[in-house]
Amino acid sequence: MSVATPALEVVGAGHVAQPDRPRLLRVSSLSVSFPGAEGRESEVVSELSYEIAQGETLGVVGESGCGKTMTSLAIMGLLPSGAKVSGSIEFDGKDLTAFSPRQWRNHRGREVAMVFQEPMTAMNPVMKVGQQIAEVLVKHERLSKRAAFGRAVELLASVHIPSPERRAQDYPHQLSGGMRQRAMIAMALACRPKLLVADEPTTALDVTVQAQILDLMLELQDTYGTAIQFISHNLAVVSEVAHQLMVMYSGRIVEYAPAEDLFANPLHPYTQGLIRTLPDIAQPMAELYTIPGSVGGKRPSGCRFSNRCPLADARCREAEPALREVTLSHHVACFKVN
Amino acid sequence: MNALVEVDNLNLHFPIDDGFFKEKLTLRALTDVSFSVEEDETLAIVGESGSGKTTLGYTISGLLTPTSGRIKFGAALGGHSQKRPVQLVFQDPFSALDPRMMVGDIVAEPLRLQGVSRAERLQQADDVLEQVGLPAESARRYPHEFSGGQRQRIAIARALIAKPKLIVADEPLSALDVSIQSQILNLLNKIKRDRTISYLFISHDLGVVHHLADRVIVLYLGRIMEIASRQDLFATPSHPYTQALLESVPRIGRGRRKPGQALKGEIPTPLSPPPGCVFHTRCPRAQEVCRRQIPELLPAPGRPEQLSACHFKD
Repeated sequence: MSVATPALEVVGAGHVAQPDRPRLLRVSSLSVSFPGAEGRESEVVSELSYEIAQGETLGVVGESGCGKTMTSLAIMGLLPSGAKVSGSIEFDGKDLTAFSPRQWRNHRGREVAMVFQEPMTAMNPVMKVGQQIAEVLVKHERLSKRAAFGRAVELLASVHIPSPERRAQDYPHQLSGGMRQRAMIAMALACRPKLLVADEPTTALDVTVQAQILDLMLELQDTYGTAIQFISHNLAVVSEVAHQLMVMYSGRIVEYAPAEDLFANPLHPYTQGLIRTLPDIAQPMAELYTIPGSVGGKRPSGCRFSNRCPLADARCREAEPALREVTLSHHVACFKVN
Repeated sequence: MNALVEVDNLNLHFPIDDGFFKEKLTLRALTDVSFSVEEDETLAIVGESGSGKTTLGYTISGLLTPTSGRIKFGAALGGHSQKRPVQLVFQDPFSALDPRMMVGDIVAEPLRLQGVSRAERLQQADDVLEQVGLPAESARRYPHEFSGGQRQRIAIARALIAKPKLIVADEPLSALDVSIQSQILNLLNKIKRDRTISYLFISHDLGVVHHLADRVIVLYLGRIMEIASRQDLFATPSHPYTQALLESVPRIGRGRRKPGQALKGEIPTPLSPPPGCVFHTRCPRAQEVCRRQIPELLPAPGRPEQLSACHFKD
C-alpha cells in the first residue's frame, strides 16, 4: 500500500532548538521491514529521520505497534535477524549501519546503552546484581573482577540505592521494582555512554517511584551530559523529561518539535487526540475524548492515520503527507495543517 | 443515600511459615479497614503496589476470607453474603478469558451457575455484548480474535450479565493503550448512566480516578490514610501521603520537571510495618509522636466528610 512519498527533508536545517549543543545521533530515512507471508514485506518503520544533540532528551511517543521499540532496537543494533534495514544511522560521526557484529559489541554498553521496561526480564536472574554491573566494566574498561565489583558498588550508590555493598550481593528478585530499575540504570551508565535509550523505563512502576526514577535520569543527565532517547506511550511522562518530542504513528513520524512547542501548539490530529484522551486531574470532563479505532490491522492507503482521523478527506486517502517544517523546527506530516 | 456494602474493621493477615526453624511471620495485608460503598456510587481505591488495593477488592468479592471484621451487604439485599451481588473485572483481559470457550459462553457463565438454559443464556449474552459496544456475532467467536480493549469489553459484559449491584474493577485499564483506555472509561460511565450500579474501582492512576470517582479511599500498607469525596481529595488533600501521590502524577504543561520533589523511599514490607503511623518512614512531616502512636481516621479541620489518618493533617 505504500504510495510513493517525497524524500524527507527534516533534520539538518530544521533542528535548531539546541544550537549550542553538537549533534550526537543522526538518523536519516531509516526504514525497517520484515519478510511476511507470501513474499510480502511488512514495513514497521518507514523513512524515519531525526537527530539527538549531546546531553539532550528526545521523547518518542506513540501507541503500541507504532514502531517506537523497533526504532530503538535499530539504533542499538539489536534488531532480530531477518530485519531489513535501509537508510543511515550516524553516531558521533560513525556510520552504524556499516558496523560489523564485532564493532557493534564494542559500541553497545560503551557508547550507547539501553534501559528496558521490565528490569526483571532484562537482568540475569541467577547472577548477583553487582556482578552484572561489573561484567560491563570487565568487558569494556578491562578492569579486574575485584576492581569492577568495587566500581559497581559505587555505581549503585550513585543511583541512590541504600546500603549498596549489601545490595550488590543480592539477586535481582530480591530487589523491588524501583530498585531493579535503579540498578538497571547503574548498569547502563557504567561506562558513561553518550546516549541512553530508555524504552518505557517507568511504565511498570508506581507514580511515586516513577517520579524518583525520572528525577534520577535528569540528575544523571546533568552530571554526565548523557543524551537520552526516552520512549513512552504516555505523553505526560515524556513531557516531564523531554527537550524534543517525536510522535509516531504506524511506523512514521507524524509530528516532531521542541517539547514546549508541541504541547503549546499540537498540530497533528493524532497528537491532539493523544493529548485530549489523557484524563487531567486539573480539569474534569464529562466525557473523555476517544480516537476512534485502533493502531494495527490493515494500513489504509494514503495517510496512515486517515482511517481514524476526524479531518480526513479524499486527498488524505490517496497520498501520504510528507513531514515538513511548518514553523521554526516544528515539523508535522498532515495535509490539513497550513 | 443507602449503604450497599458496609465494611467494618476488616483485617486480613496471612501467616507465613518460612520453614521449621524460621520464626513464623504475619503478613498484614489489611488492618482496621472500615468504610461503606453507597448505592449508585463509584468508590475508587488508590495506593502504590503493595498497599492492599487488590486484596481489599478480592475480600469484598468473597475471593478471600478476612481474618476478622465484617462485610455486610445492605438490608435491601437481605444481608445475604453467600450470594453476593458482586462481579469482578480483572486487570489483564488476556488472562481473564478462557481461550477455549466461545465468547458467548464466557459472558453467559454467571447465568449457567444460576441454572438458566443455554438458549436463554446466549440470548442474554447477545444483548449484553451489544450494550458494551461489541457486534452481535461476537458471541460466536473466540477471545483470541479480539483486541485488548475488546476483550476488556467482553469481561465487562460477563460482569454485567448477572445484574450485579457492585462491580469490583481491579485496574481494568492498566493493560490497555491510552486511546483505548478512554473508550473503556467512557463505557464504564455509560453503564453507570443506564442502570443503578456501584463501582469499586481499584487503580493507581489518579488521572483516571479523578475522572470517574465519586469518593476516593487512599490506602497505604493495608491501612486507610484518607477517605474523601473526589472534589475534596483533589482540591484539598489532607494527608501528606495523598499530597505526595498527587504531586507525583506526571502532567502536561508544567514543562520539564524540577528534580528533588519526589517522595523519598519505597513502601515498607507488610511483614513488619513501621510502628506508629505506617507512613512515618517516608513522611516529610513526621515527628516523634508519629513513630509511637497510630493516628486515627478523623475529619480534616473544617471538612467533616473528609477523613484523614494523620497527626498533622491539613
